[in-house]
Amino acid sequence: MAVKNYILVCGGTACESSKATEIFNALTSEAEAQGVADEVQIVKTGCFGFCEKGPIVKILPEEAFYVQVVPEDAKEIISESIVKGRMVKRLLYVDEKEQNKDGFDIENIKFYQKQVRIVLRNCGFIDPEKIDEYIAREGYAALEKVLFDMSPDDVINELKESGLRGRGGAGFPTWMKWNFSKQVVSDQKYIVCNADEGDPGAYMDRSTLEGDPHSVLEAMTIAGYAVGADKGVIYIRAEYPLAIERLEIAIAQARDYGLLGNDILGSGFNFDFEIRLGAGAFVCGEETALLRSIEGGRGMPTPKPPFPAVEGLWGKPTVINNVETWANIPMIIIKGGEWFRSIGTERSSGTKVFALTGKIANSGLVEVPMGTTLREIVFDIGGGIKDGKAFKAVQTGGPSGGVITSEFLDTPIDFDQLTAIGSMMGSGGMIVMDEDDCIVNITKFYQDFCVDESCGKCAPCRIGTRKLYDILDKISKGKGTHKDLENLEVIGNAMKKAALCGLGQTAPNPILSTLKYFREEYLEHIDQKICKAGKCKDLVQFTIDPEKCIGCTVCARKCPVKCISGERKLPHLIDQAECTKCGECFASCKFGAISKR
Amino acid sequence: MSTVDIKINGRPISVPAGTSILKAAKLAGSKIPTLCYHSDLEPWAACGICVVKIEGNPRMARACSTLVTEGQNYITNDPEIHTIRKTVIELTLADHPQECLTCARNLSCELQRLASEYGIREIPFDRNVKRLPKDESTPSIVLDPSKCIQCGRCAQVCQQLQDVWALEFIGRGEGTRLMPVSGLLLNDSPCIKCGQCSAHCPVGAIYEKDETAQLMDAIMDKSKHVAVQMAPAVRVAIGEAFNMAPGEIVTGKIYAALRRLGVDAVFDTNFSADLTIMEEGSEFVERVVNGKGALPQLTSCCPAWTDYMEKYYPDMIPNFSTAKSPMMMQGAITKTYYAENKGIAPKDIYSVAIMPCTAKKFERIRDENMQSSGVDDVDLVLTTRELARLIKTAGVDFANLEPEECDSPIGAYTGAGTIFGVTGGVMEAAVRSAYYLITKEELADVNIEAVRGMDGVKTGVVDIKGTKVKVAVAHGMANVKAVLDEIRVAKEAGAEPPYHFVEVMACRGGCIAGGGQPYGTEDEVRDQRIAGLYKDDEQSTIRCSHQNPDITKIYADYLEAPLSKKSHHLLHTHYTPRKVYQK
Repeated sequence: MAVKNYILVCGGTACESSKATEIFNALTSEAEAQGVADEVQIVKTGCFGFCEKGPIVKILPEEAFYVQVVPEDAKEIISESIVKGRMVKRLLYVDEKEQNKDGFDIENIKFYQKQVRIVLRNCGFIDPEKIDEYIAREGYAALEKVLFDMSPDDVINELKESGLRGRGGAGFPTWMKWNFSKQVVSDQKYIVCNADEGDPGAYMDRSTLEGDPHSVLEAMTIAGYAVGADKGVIYIRAEYPLAIERLEIAIAQARDYGLLGNDILGSGFNFDFEIRLGAGAFVCGEETALLRSIEGGRGMPTPKPPFPAVEGLWGKPTVINNVETWANIPMIIIKGGEWFRSIGTERSSGTKVFALTGKIANSGLVEVPMGTTLREIVFDIGGGIKDGKAFKAVQTGGPSGGVITSEFLDTPIDFDQLTAIGSMMGSGGMIVMDEDDCIVNITKFYQDFCVDESCGKCAPCRIGTRKLYDILDKISKGKGTHKDLENLEVIGNAMKKAALCGLGQTAPNPILSTLKYFREEYLEHIDQKICKAGKCKDLVQFTIDPEKCIGCTVCARKCPVKCISGERKLPHLIDQAECTKCGECFASCKFGAISKR
Repeated sequence: MSTVDIKINGRPISVPAGTSILKAAKLAGSKIPTLCYHSDLEPWAACGICVVKIEGNPRMARACSTLVTEGQNYITNDPEIHTIRKTVIELTLADHPQECLTCARNLSCELQRLASEYGIREIPFDRNVKRLPKDESTPSIVLDPSKCIQCGRCAQVCQQLQDVWALEFIGRGEGTRLMPVSGLLLNDSPCIKCGQCSAHCPVGAIYEKDETAQLMDAIMDKSKHVAVQMAPAVRVAIGEAFNMAPGEIVTGKIYAALRRLGVDAVFDTNFSADLTIMEEGSEFVERVVNGKGALPQLTSCCPAWTDYMEKYYPDMIPNFSTAKSPMMMQGAITKTYYAENKGIAPKDIYSVAIMPCTAKKFERIRDENMQSSGVDDVDLVLTTRELARLIKTAGVDFANLEPEECDSPIGAYTGAGTIFGVTGGVMEAAVRSAYYLITKEELADVNIEAVRGMDGVKTGVVDIKGTKVKVAVAHGMANVKAVLDEIRVAKEAGAEPPYHFVEVMACRGGCIAGGGQPYGTEDEVRDQRIAGLYKDDEQSTIRCSHQNPDITKIYADYLEAPLSKKSHHLLHTHYTPRKVYQK
């Protein structure tokens, strides 16, 4: 009997950790049990992006979009959706306004409406462990086109035409890197994929590799052809086991199909891959540190120039691009540079994938054309701020970036605009903050990250990050001074100029950017010794108003350190010396008797 | 060579292609401050002090590691650059113990000098000095990690110049330390005690173990006859500590200064360098002419090299000359021949060696062969730097001292003895005498140019009346590996050895750039010190060891002949394989 239905189960890391494999197995055995195994093909795909609502299961061709599925739903999904051809209404995605209860196809879900999927084109559509499914969606057509219809110069010209800029952070024109490398005469050249994604909250690259590994392999092979390299190295952090597994499967399948190895498709061109696992150091995302790590050395940056394109891995010309950059390339080859440039803004063509997290209703992976405004991303796609709180700012570029405040909500987002307002694209982490977030506290978090992740080689970064953190820590404890604010800027400016690599040069960005837009908040901490958001624990005090307290004892029972005392039906008292400022009492009091200051 | 036209601070200058901004600025007369940079090493680019502007570029570049590009204008100083550099110095100082007055590097510290130049009067940032235990495990050098500024020079020297890998970057971020792997003590690591780390450390984090007090105690002890020897390389370097030019020969001033300090006898290691040539040269003749012993013969004067060989190439032990180093020979004859002549018991002689080397502190106690007189043949080794300090504290006006003569009979030396301090010198001295020992004729031209110069490995063929002797000279431990591997391959294949005689010195340039020499050793300084030693050789009336009358005398009076039983007992030793890691 022919297959009538497809069931797509999201197999990204986030859904995996919410039992996606169990859901997949349950669906498979239910299909057997209910005698419809022949009529349905169950596919584990890459990430759908809508992580807020995962695990996601989608039924084709009905386009039923089931969210927050659990293994126990399998029986009903098979019996209703497959056997009876009906939808399981209780599992259908319903948007916040409770509209469209009959469900959506994916195009009608607001989360997806403004997205344009080039990088993520196959994520959530294909089984990443089956090369045939990639091929069925134009996979390896670009490689074939390049090998038989294009010269290396044609490939680079197409890239130049596309205006593609590196998605790893700095936005360097991709064609230029390739061209530098192509022009060097060398017996050996390398193509490297930077999959050392390390920004807190960012997972675009992981999802791309998990959902569509072949797109990266194909692109790197194309680059090999264009610059004259026969070896590709994928440097990926060991914390991404699923992505690694899928890459390994993809490489093996591509070899089987003659799409890798010697004499690819009979063209005479050779290319093959090696996967190198990183130990997860953030600095190894910096390309020179990454190369040293592949070579077996310490992950410490080396001065540029020489740039890797000229003198990279083992001293040979090396093209390094990050996962997202690579994933764009097959479509540029197939549809042309001009098509790509028609998307996005004049100086930033194409799309950008963001990992939307923080205080946002719909967290997840979103891919939007460059030039989309922050308002569209946060409020249309992201569904606005969680729990109806007020928007405060968005941090882009992670620990290397800065804040974007509400006054820039309508600024079109691209490389240059973000830099102009003191942030940066970074690799695409986007963390949304609301009124309950304290700027000092968040900046301190980022600086703490930088202290941990500084490789220790250059003095401005190694010492500077620690000094910046210590100052922020003082401020968060109400011990900061105006001189400290000045020092934040003095040290920050010195680091920007004198640190060796991008990590140190950008580590002060969150501070410098928030000092510009939220100076008042710093001053509140310093002058008034208050943290309005209540996040700086040393500046918060919980007190019980004896007029309002009825002595219900709930707070005393909730208190994890038992520092609230009082007789039943009499006003209670918090022992400030013992209080850990956890806020449990504040949250548990039904009478508004506890105040936070 | 192609050149590039650039501007330094707006002034046009043409420099060779491939020149760094730092060097180009120097050529243009503009000094750019540095801290981690050292001309011996590839730029490590860690300290962030040498930042400069490239006109039209919003970023700053590191002058040490950035090569000049045609047409660029480089700004090496302006108020903004000054502020950035000053902040970086202040950051570095904030985490550095400010104990300059009691630091080994007081007044010779590169960080202190920068702080002074930038007029830093207070540290505007909260200080955070980490107190870490010192490593005093080796007899040669002390690691004081509390003072370390993580510039990386020591690890680069240890790994790239010396290929020893005793020092490594351990930990990361603010926990980065420069120390042996796994937190081992230096003495348990592969360290060969060459002390190049201490010579390159810009601050007081690595320094020679100071033993000057022991010399003072010995001088004060009236029961001790203090006899001092001084190595070849010391005489062309110690002057630098007294504002004299590198390479200036101050032999007689050192003799005079030692007497001002109150020692009883002043000898010269150059004498026993001549003695070494007699023993080692005769040994070589045995091997090459009489076929007794393995070829090539490897020199054994350098204790760091000996340690390296025992750890990394113990299969070369049969090739190693059994001759002790000149220092140990001098110690042995001081406490036997000299002692007997003087009628002093060996235990009452306090034998001191002034050396350009930290490994010599270790060599003196390396095994029981160093006690051929029955007691320690050498009781104390001081480096050139230590002696300079002693001379200063004694208030001796060194530069204006009237030169004096050495004591007899174990002090007079030849030109061959003095060039022991430079790479190729031992080989040259050996060839001069081997020629005589084999042919009984004197060499017409004693200058052996093939083994001179700063190339890391020098090879040549010496024609000794038809006997073609293939020689190789290597210096800077990392250069030795290639030669040794070549020998090893031939050995394992049972093939003809590629060389007959190989000289090795652990330090680049030889002992003139030893780990115990005055600070600031760079190739320019090496060249001057080397020129000094060759000048000392040329000025000598006798330039071959076997012609030294005192050498003839000691054999006649005491040792009988080279390789005699007595010579073997006093002047030769043997070697044992050692583990690379002691733990």
